[in-house]
Amino acid sequence: MEYIFSLELIYLIASVTFILGLKMLGHPETARKGNLIAAFGMTLAIFGTIFLYQGKVQPLIYSLIGAAILIGTIIGWGIAKKVGMTKMPELVSLFNGMGGASAAIIGLIEFSHYVGDQLSIATIIAGLIIGSISFSGSMIAWAKLNGTLKKPIRFPSYNIVNNIILIVILAFGVYITMSGSDSQLYLYLIFFAALAYGVLFVMPIGGADMPVVISLLNSFTGLAAAFAGFLYGNMVMLTGGILVGSAGTILTFAMCDAMNRPLASVIFGAFGEGTAGS
Amino acid sequence: MDVLIEFISNHLQMIYIVILMIFVGVEVIGHVPAVLHTPLMSGANAIHGVVIIGAILVMLSASPDDILALSLGFVAVLLGTLNVVGGFVVTDRMLEMFKKKK
Repeated sequence: MEYIFSLELIYLIASVTFILGLKMLGHPETARKGNLIAAFGMTLAIFGTIFLYQGKVQPLIYSLIGAAILIGTIIGWGIAKKVGMTKMPELVSLFNGMGGASAAIIGLIEFSHYVGDQLSIATIIAGLIIGSISFSGSMIAWAKLNGTLKKPIRFPSYNIVNNIILIVILAFGVYITMSGSDSQLYLYLIFFAALAYGVLFVMPIGGADMPVVISLLNSFTGLAAAFAGFLYGNMVMLTGGILVGSAGTILTFAMCDAMNRPLASVIFGAFGEGTAGS
Repeated sequence: MDVLIEFISNHLQMIYIVILMIFVGVEVIGHVPAVLHTPLMSGANAIHGVVIIGAILVMLSASPDDILALSLGFVAVLLGTLNVVGGFVVTDRMLEMFKKKK
């Protein structure tokens, strides 16, 4: 990737608006302005990326990008404007899942371009796993909050099973990286396994704990974005991703604190909840 | 060990950024009133929509006859836009109601 000063400058400004925006979101008087500042920085970064890209790009590709952004804006804006107050948390979960899916797709496409470059493959696989978990987990959280999935579904000893599945996925990811394999089969296998894990991870958690789970998945997506940023050496993705990853983690703990529930009992605590209920 | 040293020296700038951003993220969220938890989560959610830039880069560097990359990239840009636009708009709406209640 060529180094273009004006684009790097835009990314720098965007990164600052993210930090500033997040900071201002933490105070009631400045919160709304903070959100707008971050949105401004994001717009700048997106258009900078498109218009300052060095390299030959077919007009067809430009129109495809334009169409995708246009359709996404109309749908996203429409849903967000229409939704009622009580439906907002589930919408956040839905949008979070979209970001995760986007990160996962980047991994799916880029894998074959980086075969042989172990560090890049490791980055791609990590982003793919985290993005996929975030996507499917957020979809389940969304379905739980809007009432499609009412009761937590718990398989026998799901905690142990889930942890084993996660370890297998991680081990498989390490294997793909180390072996230098270019197998698309492996790639899609790990993609679907991560999707399944996201479902299994959120399924047993009760509806009341969903905001905490969404916050956790939110920081996952941040991490997935950061991995993609690392892959491209793209500073604004790296800063934005890590910032959300770290802020999201702290926010998750703060939310648990506010509910007087340790994080471990939210994620693994379905046992205690079951006995308390009976 | 050699691999680790090589990795660190090759990516020193990024490692600095990662470490500093972790601390910035922690500091920025400290002592936030509980009523702002949900808007803050929503705002952070919109910011990680920055992943859309990766999706745009995929599209820009794809060869025009790579239909799979183009169609997947199209979906990725679309979903990323949903994340960004929907995220910021819904955060704004949350904060708008927050103001009215006061």
